[in-house]
Amino acid sequence: MKNDLLFDFNVDKAAKTVYITREFNAGQALVWDAFTKAELLDQWVAPAPMRAKTKYMNFEVGGRRFYAMISPDGQERWSVQEFTSITPKTNFKMYNTFADKDENRELPGSEWDYNFSEQNGITKVDITIFNESFERLEKLLEGFKIGFTMSLKNLEELLPSLS
Amino acid sequence: MKQDIFQAIADPTRRAILTLLTIQALTPNVMAEKFDMSRQAVSKHIKVLHECELIRPEQSGREIYYHFNAKKMQEFDHWLAQFRQNWKTQFNQLDEVLSTIKEHKK
Repeated sequence: MKNDLLFDFNVDKAAKTVYITREFNAGQALVWDAFTKAELLDQWVAPAPMRAKTKYMNFEVGGRRFYAMISPDGQERWSVQEFTSITPKTNFKMYNTFADKDENRELPGSEWDYNFSEQNGITKVDITIFNESFERLEKLLEGFKIGFTMSLKNLEELLPSLS
Repeated sequence: MKQDIFQAIADPTRRAILTLLTIQALTPNVMAEKFDMSRQAVSKHIKVLHECELIRPEQSGREIYYHFNAKKMQEFDHWLAQFRQNWKTQFNQLDEVLSTIKEHKK
């Protein structure tokens, strides 16, 4: 059903930047909500069997989302996103850092830039991630590793329970 | 502190050194000549590249030749492939969420 949708993933190692583009079979307003509302983000942003838990999210310039990725054995990896720029429905930027459970940030973090555009009912999302160091990017993956090593079969079983 | 592979690749001179090393192994003296740099400046770059294992030294008589370590670069690419796979998984989940919401609205 979904595999004709564009998915691009490019890494410019020299510029320490990751570029991700993905199309979604939904209108721009809905996709925007899926990226900017905590109750929707928590439903998809952690690759199963990881899950995401947002403690609070204040989606405004200068506001923060404080959330955790939780592994099946209950380990929590907390992060803070600070929103630095918002143009409703089309663009937002944030500064993402890992944190402890008391919201103390571990600097440096990475800069994220999201762009949204719609054509014929298909919404395209462009994401740019700038990382000061590879070590930082490596940490981003660490939190996901458990989800990655689980078999795809398990994943497929989990997906219907989301709907 | 161990050198970061991103930092190593971010520098244009170090990228040029790596490119040259993919063609042939070189001694620090030859590198300095080719890049018109001081021996000291070359040593600094070699240190960074060596510490993140992108190059490895091999003694040949009285000279040390530096070789490009393709395996390390592959590890890096492999790691990135995993990162890509994660995004794919996440977005497939988002597809499900979006279609569920659309169904409810009908």
